[in-house]
Amino acid sequence: MMSQWVDICNVSDLQPDSGVCALVDETQVAIFYLAEDELVYAIDNYDPFGKVHVLSRGMIGDIKGEPMVASPLYKQHFNLKTGLCLEDETVQVPAYGARINGERVEINLSGAGQ
Amino acid sequence: MSNKQTLVVIGNGMVGQYFLANLMSSDICDHYQVVTFCEEPIPAYDRVHLSEYFSGKTAEDLSLVAPGFFEENNITIHMADKAISIDSDSKIVKSEKGLEIAYDKLVLATGSKAFVPPIRGHDRDQCIPYRTIADLDGMLAAAKESKVGAVVGGGLLGLEAAKALQDLNLETHVVQFGPRLMSAQLDDGGAGMLKQKIEDLGVTVHTNKNTIEIVDGEHCKHKMVFADGTELETDLVLYSAGIRPRDEISTTCGLKIAERGGTVIDNHCMTSDKDIYAIGECASWNEQIFGLVAPGYAMARTVIDHLSEGELTFTGADMSTKLKLNGVDVASIGDPHATTPGSLVYTYQNGVDEVYKRLVVSQDKKHLLGAVLVGDASGYPTLSQYYLNGIELPENPDSLILPSRSDESVGLGPDALPMSAQVCSCYDVSKGDICNSIENGNTSLAALKSDTEAGTGCGGCVALLKSVLDCELEKAGIEVNTDICEHFPYTRQDLYNLVMVEEIKTFNELIKSHGRGRGCEICRQAVGSILASHWNEYVLKDQHLGLQDTNDTFLANMQKDGTYSVVPRMTGGEVTPDGLIAIGQIAKEYALYTKVTGGQRVDLFGARVDQLPLIWKGLIDAGFESGHAYGKSLRTVKSCVGSTWCRFGVDDSVGLAVELENRYKGLRAPHKIKFAVSGCTRECAEAQSKDIGVIATEGGWNLYVCGNGGMKPRHGDLFATNLDKETLIKYIDRVLTFYVRTADRMQRTSVWMENMEGGLDYLRSVVIDDKLGVCEQLEDQMERVVETYQCEWKTTIEDERKLKRFRTFVNSDKHDENIIFVEERGQVRPANMEEREHLKLAEMA
Ligand code: SRM
Ligand SMILES: Cc1cc2nc3c(=O)[nH]c(=O)nc-3n(C[C@H](O)[C@H](O)[C@H](O)COP(=O)(O)OP(=O)(O)OC[C@H]3O[C@@H](n4cnc5c(N)ncnc54)[C@H](O)[C@@H]3O)c2cc1C
Ligand code: SF4
Ligand code: FES
Repeated sequence: MMSQWVDICNVSDLQPDSGVCALVDETQVAIFYLAEDELVYAIDNYDPFGKVHVLSRGMIGDIKGEPMVASPLYKQHFNLKTGLCLEDETVQVPAYGARINGERVEINLSGAGQ
Repeated sequence: MSNKQTLVVIGNGMVGQYFLANLMSSDICDHYQVVTFCEEPIPAYDRVHLSEYFSGKTAEDLSLVAPGFFEENNITIHMADKAISIDSDSKIVKSEKGLEIAYDKLVLATGSKAFVPPIRGHDRDQCIPYRTIADLDGMLAAAKESKVGAVVGGGLLGLEAAKALQDLNLETHVVQFGPRLMSAQLDDGGAGMLKQKIEDLGVTVHTNKNTIEIVDGEHCKHKMVFADGTELETDLVLYSAGIRPRDEISTTCGLKIAERGGTVIDNHCMTSDKDIYAIGECASWNEQIFGLVAPGYAMARTVIDHLSEGELTFTGADMSTKLKLNGVDVASIGDPHATTPGSLVYTYQNGVDEVYKRLVVSQDKKHLLGAVLVGDASGYPTLSQYYLNGIELPENPDSLILPSRSDESVGLGPDALPMSAQVCSCYDVSKGDICNSIENGNTSLAALKSDTEAGTGCGGCVALLKSVLDCELEKAGIEVNTDICEHFPYTRQDLYNLVMVEEIKTFNELIKSHGRGRGCEICRQAVGSILASHWNEYVLKDQHLGLQDTNDTFLANMQKDGTYSVVPRMTGGEVTPDGLIAIGQIAKEYALYTKVTGGQRVDLFGARVDQLPLIWKGLIDAGFESGHAYGKSLRTVKSCVGSTWCRFGVDDSVGLAVELENRYKGLRAPHKIKFAVSGCTRECAEAQSKDIGVIATEGGWNLYVCGNGGMKPRHGDLFATNLDKETLIKYIDRVLTFYVRTADRMQRTSVWMENMEGGLDYLRSVVIDDKLGVCEQLEDQMERVVETYQCEWKTTIEDERKLKRFRTFVNSDKHDENIIFVEERGQVRPANMEEREHLKLAEMA
């Protein structure tokens, strides 16, 4: 499938070391910005445990070197690259392509991770 | 009928109850039908901690009987009924209420009573012994109409009673017959130092006073007249001049009574009748009675063992004790008077710091025979281990009491103790028991205490308990990993110190210099909280943004459906009608669910993230500020209406609550902090269940610390009494800053206190006596926090850049369609799963 990079916002719209949410088609995408490394990650905003759209509002960091977000509701961790839940390997949220292109942030719904 | 024998226990006090509980968990529990007589109107309670009745404990708190204990174990208890006679020929016990119970075996656990000198006027109104909860209720009633109180007796219990009088705000006197306080335990030097210390507390000590009568006073209710012609006027007299075994009932069947009172027992605790045992304070073994609970427990175990045909014997007990008085360290071990032939004595006296120590050692200087510690009892655990386990003394025994001026430690490592060594004498817990419990996973001090009961009696063994714990964990290779997480090899306290000493202001600085990786929600939040506590910068500053939990980032609490709650501050629970109207209007405008919280304020629920700034703008314009309901910070200061309106109010509790809330609002801490202020001892604000509780009394403010409600309620400890406002605030500043600096992450003040070595006394020594010399620093730090306070919501709505954060989507003005409300009782609530499906289908159709 051809990758579809969608323009989202300016880098300055992102929150350093934290997340924001974007609406891409009908999908809520959580975008996380590691300011120092100038890296962005994107996974789905839906928290499969809390069953609501809140992952963009979780805290980020790394566990054993892997970047992760902790759900703001019940604190499960999700790998930012793969969307895999660290506490329960059977649970995975979709991970999306994300990149910084000059001053712009772009998301690719079909490209998992980067 | 079963072939069970009937066992009757007379007296349901501490030892009687211990006997019942241990009998029920023994192998022979099925052999007996058990009946017990309880003279008091309530079943067994903790007499050792009786005085805490005046510092917040209730009769239920003190109870020693688990709910349902008697029913579950099929024990018949005759409440408020006294056994009055025993017929040992027909083996029948008769009670005051007329019951006649036939027994096979009988156990006397009648305890003792406070000795009341048989002088004229001894039974005047408001002259009360200090022994039972009923006595204490009498004292409370009498104290209401008294200004002066006197305790007859300057022993352990007398001094405790004096403390109780002080807690009741009475001018307090101790009248001692002999020349020394605590004459049974202390020598002249120790007693002199103790007297000085007790007088420092504001208690007047009268020694060598032989009371000959009590008559009408001129300024007070009574006048005590002494043999030397002097007098003392007082409104209340408490008797605590020693104990007399209750052996009335033993005389009804001719049991042998010791010369100085007490029913005579042998090594099996058997009386002169082979079917009757006596245990606890009513028993006399080898012409000795034991006024402590541990020997009584040992007797109880001996009887159960004897009934099971075991070998256990009772052969005397250790009478070492520690005084349970705040701010006065006193301990005595073994034979303090050096009565053992050939014994040698070392003394250390330091008049400047009011410290006195004395060691009594055997002629060959190899064994400890006794010790006295006044002013610094920190050596008690080590010394009692030398004494109890006959451990050989170091070459220069005096090194054990001399202040250590080098780094060389003279403490006895817990490794040196045999497994059989008794660590807690109150509950007879050995080092072996403790090691077992640790192996079973009780690896924190709190868990260990509740599992083994060690340390929950007089508290004298806690320091030793902690060192056994640490040592065992280390040995077991259960590395006591106190690292906060994989990113920092430090505890929260270490990180706090690094931030403070190196003046670190951001997380990135800290992780680069002392950690690894990017951090996680644990260390980020902890460091975020430390930085906020210490530097008190705006928490949404760019460099702190990623450190805040979602609630702090959005300055609101996330609810289960991803919406937020909004809680404006209402200091002290006070709100003007206009304020209420404004809140009502805003709630109406945004259709928010509105509820009065348990924290005396109003919570508005169901705000979408993008609505938060608008709602807050409205609230701020109406004069409200952030209530910090989202932060690990000061939540509320609850108040009762106080002297302004309430007919019982002693002082202005609302005024103080408002002032305190304004002072400490915004203070970030390891966990949330709650206060309450009550206007009198009726305690309508429930101050004793708060981290900081304040209660107005005639003499000033009483301060309670480290209480909480929640999952594991804990009553606050009475920390200081009769404070003026300035001192009160000074103490609160110090306690809170010390908590902020030294607690673990997510540790509330209650758990912090439970885990603190030295507990309440230690905290007092830091905060009141400035033992660590840090009080000024602590106050300065709090002052800085107070001065740099800002309403985070105000700062946020004034900053365009920060407001960006509150957009639902960075690239669209749409709202989250998945937030769906339905109506209930006239307000909104989040739709449940079923309703959501239903509504979606309806929409699609
Ligand atoms: C709103 C309120 C219930 C109510 O409708 O009355 C409430 C609501 C919550 N409480 Fe509470 N507590 C509320 C008063 C209390 C009280 C009563 C009090 O303060 O007098 C207590 C017991 C007192 C105490 O804390 O010692 C209380 C003990 C807890 C605990 C247990 C704490 C503990 O140490 O065991 C938690 C859990 C925690 O903090 O870890 C908790 C946690 C919570 C949380 C934060 C749960 C959560 O994570 O979502 C709830 C947040 C709701 C929100 O968005 O505001 N809440 N909570 C009350 C808000 C008071 C306020 O005005 O700020
Ligand atoms: C203020 C205070 C502080 C203390 N502090 C300490 C301390 O720090 N450390 C320590 O080890 N010890 C301390 N003690 C002593 C400790 O409380 C006692 O050693 C312990 O309570 C003895 O238990 P007991 O069961 O023998 O007697 P008690 O607890 O007195 O129980 C005896 C019970 O038997 C009842 N009774 C008596 N006769 C009859 C009858 N004929 N029929 C029915 N019931 C009857 C009595 O009413 C009473 O309820 C303290 C005591 C007090 C008062
Ligand atoms: S008691 Fe439980 S459910 Fe109720 S408000 Fe508190 S935390 Fe929420
Ligand atoms: S020795 Fe008293 S509590 Fe352990």
